[in-house]
Amino acid sequence: MISPVKPEQGTKSAAGGGRGGAAAPGARPERSGTPDRPGKRAPGKRPLAARRRVLPVRTPGGLSLRLDVRAVLVGLLLLAVALAAGIVLIGSGDYPMTPAEVVGTLTGGGTAGQEFIVRDLRLPRVLVGLLVGAAFGIAGAVFQTVSRNPLGSPDVLGFGQGSAVGALTVIVYFQGGPFAVAAGAVVGGVVTGAAIFLLAWKRGIHGYRFVLVGIGAAAMLYALVLYLMTKANIVEATRATIWMTGSLNGRGWDQVWPLAAVCAVLVPLVLCYGRPLRMLEMGDDAAYALGVRVDRVRGIALPAAVLLVASATAAAGPISFVALTAPQLVRRLTRSPGPNPLPSALMGAALLVAADWSAQRLFGADQLPVGVLTGVLGGGYLLWLLATERRAGRV
Amino acid sequence: MSRLTAENVTLAYDQRVIAENLSVAIPDRSFTVIVGPNACGKSTLLRALSRMLKPTAGSVLLDGSVISSLPAKKVARTLGLLPQSSIAPDGITVSDLVARGRYPHQGLLRQWSGEDERIVRESMAATGVGELADRYVDELSGGQRQRVWIAMALAQQTPLLLLDEPTTYLDIQHQIEVLDLCAELHEEQGRTLVAVLHDLNHAARYATHLIAMKDGAVIAEGAPSDIVTAELVGQVFGLGCQVIDDPETGTPLIIPAARKPRKGGGAGDRGSSVAGGAPGVGGGGPGAGETAAGVVAVDGVEGGGGAAAGAMGTGGASGAGSGDRAAAATSAV
Repeated sequence: MISPVKPEQGTKSAAGGGRGGAAAPGARPERSGTPDRPGKRAPGKRPLAARRRVLPVRTPGGLSLRLDVRAVLVGLLLLAVALAAGIVLIGSGDYPMTPAEVVGTLTGGGTAGQEFIVRDLRLPRVLVGLLVGAAFGIAGAVFQTVSRNPLGSPDVLGFGQGSAVGALTVIVYFQGGPFAVAAGAVVGGVVTGAAIFLLAWKRGIHGYRFVLVGIGAAAMLYALVLYLMTKANIVEATRATIWMTGSLNGRGWDQVWPLAAVCAVLVPLVLCYGRPLRMLEMGDDAAYALGVRVDRVRGIALPAAVLLVASATAAAGPISFVALTAPQLVRRLTRSPGPNPLPSALMGAALLVAADWSAQRLFGADQLPVGVLTGVLGGGYLLWLLATERRAGRV
Repeated sequence: MSRLTAENVTLAYDQRVIAENLSVAIPDRSFTVIVGPNACGKSTLLRALSRMLKPTAGSVLLDGSVISSLPAKKVARTLGLLPQSSIAPDGITVSDLVARGRYPHQGLLRQWSGEDERIVRESMAATGVGELADRYVDELSGGQRQRVWIAMALAQQTPLLLLDEPTTYLDIQHQIEVLDLCAELHEEQGRTLVAVLHDLNHAARYATHLIAMKDGAVIAEGAPSDIVTAELVGQVFGLGCQVIDDPETGTPLIIPAARKPRKGGGAGDRGSSVAGGAPGVGGGGPGAGETAAGVVAVDGVEGGGGAAAGAMGTGGASGAGSGDRAAAATSAV
C-alpha cells in the first residue's frame, strides 16, 4: 500500500483512482486476482504525501503564527535575488561598476561621478522595476485568488489593453506629456477594471465568467488600440508603440515616487487582507461560513489590485506575464496552496529586475524592452514547472 | 429551546420567491433533517439559517439576535456550515484544509495557537482522517474528501452545524459512513446538527427531528416515527408507498410502490429481459451482486448462453453502476 491508511481505505482510494467513482473495494477481483493491487497511477506517485514542515511560533503575549518553513525560505530567497539583481543591474551599463562599488555608492561612499550615475540614472530605473514587479505580482495573486483561476490575471483580462487605450488616447488626441500619458493609463486601467467587474458580477464572482468577460474586454480594447494607432501620425505611433511594449528604459524619479506612494498604501492593505482573501479560494459559501466578510474582503482587495496594476502599467507600460506567472511560480516553489500575496510580490520584483538585467546583458543596453523578456522568461519557467509536475503525476 | 430559529421569513433569489412566511425552530441538541422534493426550498432554508441568504422579510435569530446583525466571526464561532459545493484550493493538504476551520477563532496576531493545533488534530481523529494529514485533498476519494470537509467544520468548534446535502455524489457505503459520523457527532459531542438530505430513508433513520417541506412551506415536523406515514410521503413527494419498520433500527422505512408488473418480455425494451426479471441473487452482499452482474453482462455482450439468463435480473436491478464494471470484465475476458 502506498500510505499508512487503514487497509480498507487504502483499497478504496486505490480502486477508486482517488476520484470517488463508482468503483468499490472488491469490485475487480476477477480482473487482477488480488484485490489489494494498487491502482495503476499509484506506483509512480510518490508526492502523495506532502512533507511540509510547519513551525508554530508562539510568544507568551498570545501572539502566534504558523510558519511554513519552506514558504519563509522561498520568500527570503526571492528577496535576496531581487536585491542582488537590482545591485547587479545598477552596476551594469556603459560605465560598469562592481557590486561592491554599487553598495558603497548607495551607502554614500562613492565618487561624485558614481553618485550621479547611481542616484540619478540607474537607481530610479531599478526601483521602478522592483515596484512594478511587486505590484504586478501581488495584484496577480489577488486576481487569481478571487477568480479562483490562474487565467483570471490582469494580463489576460485586458487591463494592459485598457491602460493602453487610456495612454494612446492621451498621446494621439491630446499630445500629452509623460505625466498626462501615465494619468491616462491609470484611468484606462481603472475604468477597464470597473467595467469587467460590473459585467462579470452575478451574485459573486465566478471564475469562468470573469475570465470570459475579461477576454472579451481585452479583444475589444485591442481593437480600440489598433483604431487609435491608425489615427496617429508617425511620431505619435512610435511613441505609442514604445509605450505599449513595456520598458524600464529612461525611467526616473518621476515614475518612482507616485508608484512608491501607491504601493506603500495598497501593498500593506492587501497583505492585511491576505488571510481572509485566501479563504475565498474555497468558494464564497465556505468562506462565509468561516466568518469571512466575503463582499467586504473582495470590495477592498480587488480595487486595490486594480489600482496597483494601473499604477504599475502607467509607470512602465503593460509588461506582460508577470502578474500571471509570479503567483503560479510561487505556489509551486513554496508548495503551499493557492496564490500567496507576499511571496508573489517578491517573485514579481525578482522576475522583472532579473528580466531587465538579462535583456541588457544579452542584447546590449536598452535594445530589448523588458516586457519581451518577461514573457519569455516567466512563460518558459512556468511551462517547465508544469512539465515537471506532470511527470511527477500532479497536474 | 431553540438557539436557531427562522421567524416568518420570506426567501427569494432576486425576484423569484422561494418561500413565504416560513417559520422554523431548530430544537437544541437535535439532529434535524430537512427533506422535500427538488426545488421545495430546503437548501434555501438552510442558506437562510446560515445567513448566506438574507430574508426579504422576517428574520433569522441566533440566540435571540438577528443573525445578520451579529459580527461574522462571532456567528462563525457558534454556527458552522458545510456547503454543498466547496472547492479545495489547488495543492492543499488535508491538515492545511482542516486548519482553515480555525479561522473564526484566529486574528491577525493570533494565527496558530496551541489550542488551534490540538483541535485540528482532534477533529481529524474524530473523522478518521488523521492518517491522511499530509496527503493532498484532491487525491482522496469522494468519501475521504467529504470527511475532510466535515473535519474542517468540526475544527470550527461550533455548537450548531449545518450540512447541505453531505451525502450527494457519494456511493452508498460512503453515504452511510458520513451519516454515521454525523450521528456520532450529535450523540457524543452533543452538537446540534441540521442537514438537508435527499434520501428519505436516511432521513428517517438518522434524524431525531424531521422537517418535511413542499413548495416553500413546512408540511410536517417532528420525530420521524411520529410523522412519517404513507400519507405524508404521498402529500410531500406525490409518491405512493408503504411505510414499514426498519428492521435494523425500528425507524420508519419507506418502500415506494411498485409499478404494475410488466407482462411477457417487456416490449420495446432493448437488448434483454432484464427489467422485470427474477429476483435472482439480489440478497447477496454488494460484492457478490456486482461480481454476478459483471459475469452476466459479459455473457450477455458476448452473446453467450446458459447461465446468464437466470442471473440476468440482478444485473438489471443493480442498475447503471454496474455498467462500467461490466465493460471492464468484458475486456478482461
